[in-house]
Amino acid sequence: MKLKTLLMAGAVSLLATAGAQADCAFENDVTVKSLSAGFEAWKAVTDAMAECGNVEAELDQEFRTKQPAAFAANPSLYHIGGVSNGTVTPLLNEGTIRPLDDLIAAHGQNLAPNQLIKIDGQTMAVAMMVNTQHLMYRQDIFDDLGLEVPTTWDGVLETAAAIKEAGVVDYPLGATMKSGWNLAQDFNNMFLGFGGQFTGPDSMPMVNSEAGMKALDMMMRMTEYMDPEYLVSDSTYVQQQFQQGKIAMANLWASRAAAMDDEGESQVVGKVNAAAAPLAMEGGAPATTLWWDGIVIAKNIPDEEAEAAFRVAMEGLDTEMVTANNDEAIWLISGYQPNRLAEGAIATASADPAPQSYPSTSQMGLMHTALGNELPAFFTGERDATATLEAIEEAYITAAKEAGLIE
Amino acid sequence: MKFRTLAWFVGPSVFMMLLFIAFPLASVFLQSFQITQPVVETVEVETCTPGFLGQTCVTETKTTPILDENGTPQTTTEWVGLLSYARVLQLDQVGAAIASGTLGSILAIDFWKALRFTLTFTLVTLPLVIGLGLAIALAVNNAARSIRGQIIFVSLLPFIITPVIGALSIRWLFYGDGIVTALLEDMLATDISVAANGWAIELLMMFYRVWHVAPFAFVIFYAGLQTVNQDTLESAIIDGASRFERLRYVVVPHLMPLIIFVALIHLMDAYRAFEEVVGFSSQAHRITLQWLTYDLLEPDDAGNRAISRASASAMLTMIGIVILLIPLLRRTWRDHKGSAH
Repeated sequence: MKLKTLLMAGAVSLLATAGAQADCAFENDVTVKSLSAGFEAWKAVTDAMAECGNVEAELDQEFRTKQPAAFAANPSLYHIGGVSNGTVTPLLNEGTIRPLDDLIAAHGQNLAPNQLIKIDGQTMAVAMMVNTQHLMYRQDIFDDLGLEVPTTWDGVLETAAAIKEAGVVDYPLGATMKSGWNLAQDFNNMFLGFGGQFTGPDSMPMVNSEAGMKALDMMMRMTEYMDPEYLVSDSTYVQQQFQQGKIAMANLWASRAAAMDDEGESQVVGKVNAAAAPLAMEGGAPATTLWWDGIVIAKNIPDEEAEAAFRVAMEGLDTEMVTANNDEAIWLISGYQPNRLAEGAIATASADPAPQSYPSTSQMGLMHTALGNELPAFFTGERDATATLEAIEEAYITAAKEAGLIE
Repeated sequence: MKFRTLAWFVGPSVFMMLLFIAFPLASVFLQSFQITQPVVETVEVETCTPGFLGQTCVTETKTTPILDENGTPQTTTEWVGLLSYARVLQLDQVGAAIASGTLGSILAIDFWKALRFTLTFTLVTLPLVIGLGLAIALAVNNAARSIRGQIIFVSLLPFIITPVIGALSIRWLFYGDGIVTALLEDMLATDISVAANGWAIELLMMFYRVWHVAPFAFVIFYAGLQTVNQDTLESAIIDGASRFERLRYVVVPHLMPLIIFVALIHLMDAYRAFEEVVGFSSQAHRITLQWLTYDLLEPDDAGNRAISRASASAMLTMIGIVILLIPLLRRTWRDHKGSAH
């Protein structure tokens, strides 16, 4: 994460267009600036917005460090912000984004009700896509070896053992377990899958629990079937392992699925399929979290600019854009046709019980950091499971005290 | 020079140094004794987020900052003395580890883990950088004049490359199925995973640093070699001094001030090692003090950043550098005083 961050910080891309073009329903004469992440879906949306003219879109993987301060300025440095349920938290907490209900009533006829992110009844963001980690697997290998697609993590391990036995790939399993954010997120998935709860009502940590122990145990068992360098393995690494035919299964982001069929990069075009994220325990939710990406509008800007920004954003989130970029994401926008690789994400999101949305709370931010910093010691063998969970709780408590969340 | 003229000459520089070095330093120093927190309240919030078809609404208690009339979060700032330092050093844990006799577990605590690696890194690379720099300088100095330019250019290349890119190129040689790893795997017929071993990453990080900094030492020493007194060298040859003896008794003493200069710069730079951690993604196995400060300062998704602990960690790093430099500075000072008489 950090490496990508540094590299991308240098590679901030600025897209600006001069005059209005034909594909936009209106001609925008107010300068509208947006700041969002830099992955393909955002590129598609900001390109569509730019068709209205006077749009300056900044796509930057470092957006999360810039956004809170930039939106707190008066006037705000950007009109439109691209956020996810993780990164919307500081904007909500500091009250730097505006309720969108009036703008939606005036210009948002085409939005589906499930796109509206409501906080206490007020719409604070408009979602455009969902993302989740789910099971991607090599259909051809499963067919050759006569394997069933596993629905539980125990099943995944059995399947991995069978694939290892057959020796058809370098490593049966891939996982986004790079130390830091990625590793913490994989723990989150497994921990929630085992029915865990991160913090109690008094903000005190609750990871040193049965669910925590089970999650660590399961993750350690997974590593037997993985590339031993898994602590440097981020989403791109796993994606490439898939594309180069080195792994047979991984619980990977839905936003990475399209890359499997990219003929320029992938040696396994058409061979990778997606299924729901496996269950960690019987009767539980799939061991994953649900994410959404969407737009917010700054509070500290004049109303006319906010209106122009919202209209431009609606142009970016219209059916035309989805039709042109159908496979880039699991869009929530009407006109989206789920393809083969989207099945897994949809099955995950509509499972019963459904996985939780990644919690947008200050506590979760601190917990995620504590997990990312303390978990690696467990996997390098420096600490046992109990000591690791204790260290996580201690790191969280120190951070939460400093942030004023607990006394 | 008149004081007035002097003041005009150094004024801009002093102003810049105050603005960009002294004031930030003072501010970090103060912040390491303060904790600024938002005033928070706990509220019940209903949040509706999308599934694929429907929406999920959950009511949960959330901690949110209270906003003042301008719409900015209210904050309180308290003087907490050495609390942030204590939190970075985690002395209670260190005490517990000593009491229970498991000294090894001290090295699992972030600060001490970082200190252990940073010190090893700094002290192991120091002689290597000086030795290698001197060796290249001597080699170039003895090379035929016609190829000297080319050799100097090639030797300087690692120093010119942007640090992160240099670290990455070495990482790509070894990580995963890098060229070198693949070659070794072929030769030894085993499966090698460089990035799975802390010691291997540690070696690569040191190798990278020496490769990157040795040209700097080389340039300095090469310049110094041009001023070695040729008469002394010739008389040493007539006295029958061997090549090594000439180096030991004539060249090195002449270069000594430069060696101390290179050592000073290297100690300061290496103690602040950061690119290596990023370039080699070594966080799981090895971290440095500077990386620890960066990690504390980096906001998480929810916008929290541990500014007080980061300030304390930065001050501790500075104190560490000063302690490391004391022996060398004392020597320079002594020499300086000696020459004044």
